[in-house]
Amino acid sequence: MATKKVEYVVARNPGLGTDGNPVPVTVPIPAELEPQMQGEHMLINIGPQHPATHGVLRLVLELDGETVIRCIPHIGYLHSSFEKLGEYRNWNQIVPLTDRMDYLAPLIYNCAYAMSVEKLMGIEVTERCKVVRVICMELDRIFSHLLWAGTTAMDIGAFTPFLYLFQERERIYDLHEALTGARITTSSTRIGGMMADLPPGWTAALRKFIENLPRTLDEVDTLLTNHQIWRGRNENVGVIGAEDAVNYGLTGANLRASGVDYDVRKDRPYYDYETYDFEVPVGENGDCYDRYLVRMEEMRQSINILRQALDRLPDGPINVDDPRVILPGKTDLMADMESMIHHFKVVMEGVNAPVGESWLGIESSKGELGMYVVSDGGSKPVRWRVRGPSFINLSALPKMVEGRLLSDVIATNASLDIVLGEIDR
Amino acid sequence: MDKPFEKAVQGLETGPEASTPEAAGQGGVESTGHPSVAALREKFGAAILKAVVFSGDEHCVYVDAERSAEILHWLRDDASQRYDYLQDLTAIDYGGGRPLEVVYQLWSNTHKRQLRLKVTLPLHALEIDSVYDLWRTSDWLEREVFDLFGIHFRGHPDLRRILMPENYAEGHPLRKDFPLRGRFSRAEQTRLALSMRVEDYYTPDELTIGGTPVAAGDGLAREGRVGGPSEAVKNTTDPMIGGDIPISQRAPVPGGEATQGR
Repeated sequence: MATKKVEYVVARNPGLGTDGNPVPVTVPIPAELEPQMQGEHMLINIGPQHPATHGVLRLVLELDGETVIRCIPHIGYLHSSFEKLGEYRNWNQIVPLTDRMDYLAPLIYNCAYAMSVEKLMGIEVTERCKVVRVICMELDRIFSHLLWAGTTAMDIGAFTPFLYLFQERERIYDLHEALTGARITTSSTRIGGMMADLPPGWTAALRKFIENLPRTLDEVDTLLTNHQIWRGRNENVGVIGAEDAVNYGLTGANLRASGVDYDVRKDRPYYDYETYDFEVPVGENGDCYDRYLVRMEEMRQSINILRQALDRLPDGPINVDDPRVILPGKTDLMADMESMIHHFKVVMEGVNAPVGESWLGIESSKGELGMYVVSDGGSKPVRWRVRGPSFINLSALPKMVEGRLLSDVIATNASLDIVLGEIDR
Repeated sequence: MDKPFEKAVQGLETGPEASTPEAAGQGGVESTGHPSVAALREKFGAAILKAVVFSGDEHCVYVDAERSAEILHWLRDDASQRYDYLQDLTAIDYGGGRPLEVVYQLWSNTHKRQLRLKVTLPLHALEIDSVYDLWRTSDWLEREVFDLFGIHFRGHPDLRRILMPENYAEGHPLRKDFPLRGRFSRAEQTRLALSMRVEDYYTPDELTIGGTPVAAGDGLAREGRVGGPSEAVKNTTDPMIGGDIPISQRAPVPGGEATQGR
């Protein structure tokens, strides 16, 4: 057996060369200490409890040395049967289930669900409600990307951006709390409108937030974008080509990093997205680094959209004027009997949707989020289905990591931006 | 109201109410104006059962179950269609013994078009051709439908449960005859969960990786493998319960059977 030689980059007794770098030292290793392991595969189990799997994801890896031969994801550890629960709840009662799916961008899920049911019922929400929902969705896109950038950097070994980004994230938590009363489980939409209108001073607080956010993004940019380790860990890692990306059903930043400019906001605009001035960043190489660049740019574009939405925010009612779905005002409720009965019927019996179905896809922070509601004319859905972007993005993970190194699995998995609440549902 | 809380607990034990017979799969209006629908009718004739529009602009084509894979293949590859992106694949159970529907939601990046395809499967023949080779998205989506509805996809290379554990024995949860709390009692469910073994956490395929463990702990040296479970594990007793029956031979917890303990 040939003697193996290992070259240590950092010498045991580091002496610096003329270029200021440590001088490499070659250390011969006796043959009997290093048995030939070639051809012996090893099974490695990552998770379900592991800080780098971003939830209760379990990956079973077959390794040859450090090379991943096979990667088999196991999911379902967080399965809560939301879709089944939905069949026992009336249309408005499902809203709290939606934000527990993607707890990193709860408002997007609230809005997407309400939109699909409104489409099924043929309800057109008010202009103010449309703009408020656009604000909610873009705010939570930033909310989710901030967490993604922070935790991904931490997985790869950079701790500082995490602290910077979570400070900003905390401000969005405060905005959530002011708007909905909750920080994560917002449940803010109702069929035909919102739980409540924007509280006084909220838009000013949001403006202040989006004025300050670019500075933090610039700081993170300085810390990461040209950092040698960051680029080394991300460039040409987890590569997936455009054709494969479409075939595997990738969406969102993961797809656009591969060079496909599919964005639901542009391709099937909803809520007047076609009238907002924003760009869809598209990558070239389909690697982790491009996914990072795309998400960073998406945050800046979301700030643009937020600014435009705040400028155009119209006055007027936030809820539709449709007594079938909207509760009467509290004053009316206390004052007259008819409103009381009306309130009772909407709460106890729910709202009947017409027979039919609706599959509505929107652009969430993770990718295309599809909400499929099927009604038989009752106050509860026959079937409520969520096409979760993380679920399908994760299914492409084996394709991206097989044949690569073990350490790339962590970087690739982090770059996909998954949330297990929605994968397991 | 006699029983004011009846509504809240309705269906918890029996599964949700089946929708009214006439409402199942209805509600659309006749589809016109979608280029793919016309092309499909021309190309496949009798295999296109009907075409309807839901919620204003969602075109949906019902096709023959036997020819679904062929039709989907054509929709993906024909130059005038090019539905290269499978947005969603799922199923619907309307309950009451009525057939299940498998739903394909397609998007064409070339022509910027959306189309829904539905295949109706009677309960006694829940089998359909897999589209794994057309869109790899369907890998996990078909596994999910298999897991939650029990529909078998012919030709899927790795059709096993995905959300529920591999040893789940209560059936397919999203079927209407499946009660919300499951078919087994809580005690039985707990007992099953606690009695999971290594084989239940890994697929048989994965267990062959790495060959026979040479210096394995007791967890790995299990029945059917070299050595079987070690004597130490076999004869373990549980002092908390006080019995001297080894764990592996203990009878089920009284009242833990499927029919009791609700």
